Amino acid sequence: MEKKADILIIDDEQLIIDAIKKIAKFEDFTTDTSLDVMEALNKLDKNSYNLIISDIMMPGKTGFELLEIINQKRITTPVIITTGFSTLENAVKALNEGAMGFIPKPFTVDELISILHRGMKYNTLLKNKYLPSSLSDDDLLSFIPCPPKYHRLGFDTWILEGSEGTVKIGLTDLFLKSVGMINSFESLQIDESLHQGGTCLKIVDSNDLIHQLISPISGKIIDINQGIIDDASLLEKDPYFNGWIYRVIPNNLEHDINNLTPCSSDI
Amino acid sequence: MIKFDKIGMKLILAVSLTVIIIISIFAYFSIQSQSDSLIAEVERHANQLSETVKRSTKFDMLLNRRDHIHNIINTIGNEECIRNVRVLDKEGEINYSTDLKEIGEMVDKESESCYACHAQDKPIERLTIKERTRIFKIHPDSSRILGIINPIYNEKSCWEAECHAHPEEQTVLGVLDISVCLKDVDRVTEESKINMFLFALVSILLIAIIMRVLVKNLVQKPVRNLLQATNYVAVGNLNYRIESTRKDELGKLANSFDNMTKKLSEMRLQLFQSDKMASLGRLAAGVAHEINNPLTGVLTYSSFLLKRAKDNPEMKEDLEVIVRETKRSREIVKGLLDFSRQSTPKSNKVEINEVIDNALTVVANQVKINRIKLVKNYNSNLPLILGDANQIQQVILNLVVNSIDAMGKENKTLTIETNSIKLPAYGVAKITHATCPKGHDLMDEHHKIDGRPSIKLKVKSSTNEGFIHLDPVYGNHNHHYGIQFEKDEVSKLFCPQCGVSLVDEDDKGPDCGAPTYKIYIPNQGELKGCTKFGCGWQKWDFVDASGDRNFVEIKISDNGSGIEKEDLERIFDPFFSTKGQKGTGLGLSVIWGIIDNHRGKISVDSTIGKGTTFTIHLPEES
Repeated sequence: MEKKADILIIDDEQLIIDAIKKIAKFEDFTTDTSLDVMEALNKLDKNSYNLIISDIMMPGKTGFELLEIINQKRITTPVIITTGFSTLENAVKALNEGAMGFIPKPFTVDELISILHRGMKYNTLLKNKYLPSSLSDDDLLSFIPCPPKYHRLGFDTWILEGSEGTVKIGLTDLFLKSVGMINSFESLQIDESLHQGGTCLKIVDSNDLIHQLISPISGKIIDINQGIIDDASLLEKDPYFNGWIYRVIPNNLEHDINNLTPCSSDI
Repeated sequence: MIKFDKIGMKLILAVSLTVIIIISIFAYFSIQSQSDSLIAEVERHANQLSETVKRSTKFDMLLNRRDHIHNIINTIGNEECIRNVRVLDKEGEINYSTDLKEIGEMVDKESESCYACHAQDKPIERLTIKERTRIFKIHPDSSRILGIINPIYNEKSCWEAECHAHPEEQTVLGVLDISVCLKDVDRVTEESKINMFLFALVSILLIAIIMRVLVKNLVQKPVRNLLQATNYVAVGNLNYRIESTRKDELGKLANSFDNMTKKLSEMRLQLFQSDKMASLGRLAAGVAHEINNPLTGVLTYSSFLLKRAKDNPEMKEDLEVIVRETKRSREIVKGLLDFSRQSTPKSNKVEINEVIDNALTVVANQVKINRIKLVKNYNSNLPLILGDANQIQQVILNLVVNSIDAMGKENKTLTIETNSIKLPAYGVAKITHATCPKGHDLMDEHHKIDGRPSIKLKVKSSTNEGFIHLDPVYGNHNHHYGIQFEKDEVSKLFCPQCGVSLVDEDDKGPDCGAPTYKIYIPNQGELKGCTKFGCGWQKWDFVDASGDRNFVEIKISDNGSGIEKEDLERIFDPFFSTKGQKGTGLGLSVIWGIIDNHRGKISVDSTIGKGTTFTIHLPEES
């Protein structure tokens, strides 16, 4: 398969395509574009890309249908979903159906750059996992999958049901590796509410890019891990145990968990 | 025109018919017995007369003084109403008579006077008084006549008399026959019949009138009211109430109807609300999608420019404004989308003074244009409350707009006050767990009152049994009754699972003296309440003992026109509006709903011509 460009941009509005193209070019990424899903699928058959960024609502097939077809075709190129219909439900649905990221419209240049960079890195990580023989940086050789009994939203966050009806929330190793070096993070406060699909954490990486994390469940924060506040590197060292972020009393775990994937299905 | 298909007319006809039958039967027997007793009296009288005649003529008979006998018979025969007195011998020859022409004539053995004895072949010699009398008519048109015969028996003096007229072996010598007219008896009987008829007529008329009035007041009026109410409801006026004060079945039906329309209107309001929200949601979603695409262009290009304009401070500053304002637009659209999914109201710590200020910025222009003096008396040490800042802001905004609308032309002052106060827990504290003495859970998650699980109990009234759902807020009485109760009726309450009685007959409530019920609140003591329907007494010692709760008080006062007293009571009802066409009447009921959701209370105080004050109490975040 011929390598055509870094990023395939799919949107029915030329304005959006132009805007994304301009920013990608600014970051030295090459781009290819299509105005609908069918055209994009044709291009995907012929060429390979490092990253796809797609709108949801388009004439013909939607962005969600694109995700489904890509999963069926076992195309490993990560997909970022973007939409003007930026509800929490769409964010959750996009991640749960296999999108690597979700960026609501309208976005700023910085927001887009952050997710594009993370997408590119994510692609490299996946290639390393599935194609171990390929050339890569040593530190990106592999990542640790989330343990059984955990549930994850997309490949970003996990939850673990604890005793007394509380739930712990944390980040996956894959997400942390796709972010790279963490400079700092901005968490919510105790007693604040989380909404599934809403932003629950902002992470600033070594390049000052801000990555927003989408909350896997709705609930009320009752505890924040003091360990990661004292030492952010704990997140990378032990992402699934001592590196948890929030302890939450869920609003409706039975409902929320339907939008999550059990980690046991990964093994 | 009389309509026979009306319930009243049917009743009147049925009752009249019954009365006619009863009076007819009564009249028949009454007149019959009256006539019988009158005739018996006449009979006795005639018999006495005949005996008198017989005795007074006896002496003259023995002496055979015929002219004397004639004299006596004529004298008696001249008496009024004595038609005829005659004496017949054994062969039937008329010997004496008041009618002189008859004398010497023979009477047939089958004639009226002879029939009684000679009906059989052998003449009867002794007869009872009944058998001796007969009632007959000479002409069909003449009045009735009662005849009585008195046989003259042979005696020693008769055959020993000088005239030797009668042999010794003869038993009956002849018959004295007197006939008396029954004109008086017939007249009295006839009068009685007429009286009875008049009585029946008057009774029926009276009964018809009374029935008419009763049916009209007891049946027709309430039925017509009900009919009218159903028509109102049918055309969509669910606020129509019959408000019957009657205690009878139709009154109960009217009350039950009122209750039904009230529930219907509440449900319709909810439907209306959710429908409104749903269509607004669809609109918001559509608008959001349409606006977000062009906003993406603006935001990306402007932020891109900003990124490259680091060396040009003047341009950087302008671009920052564009980026900031586009981000603000983004937040507005996000708010629109948030609004479209109102299902999860946010619950955050809310700083009330800040929320009020936010609301006031929205109407700042209106306040300025209307030249309203705004007085803010904020308590700067206000505790935080837990709630949805947007919703509370909406409440404040609505109340402020209402106040602005209500104010006159001069000296307009709007005062907003915030305070930290303490209020008793009564009417505020929630019951989240409740059990019977045996530990069975009484909470019903499926039946919610004001959005909270209710307390389900089995209830028995004097006539029925079913379930009652108690309001889970201590001191609130929005209970849902599964069965009907009379006013002041005392109910019996049981655990719906094990049936154990929850009523303590010996413990009387202080307000009305009825027995109290008791339910157990795990780890928080017990809740007692009165079993009398309509009595609102409740006591929860555990909560009362924990003392008063902290509340944030918000007072919004204007010096506007004020609200009429009768309007004040209904001001939070759905669809109630004093603004006529201008308002929809939804505002204050929605406000009430929001405050209630925040476990708070809103009240209003108003004086005509002086102004109105709305007071809101919201519980401090605990």
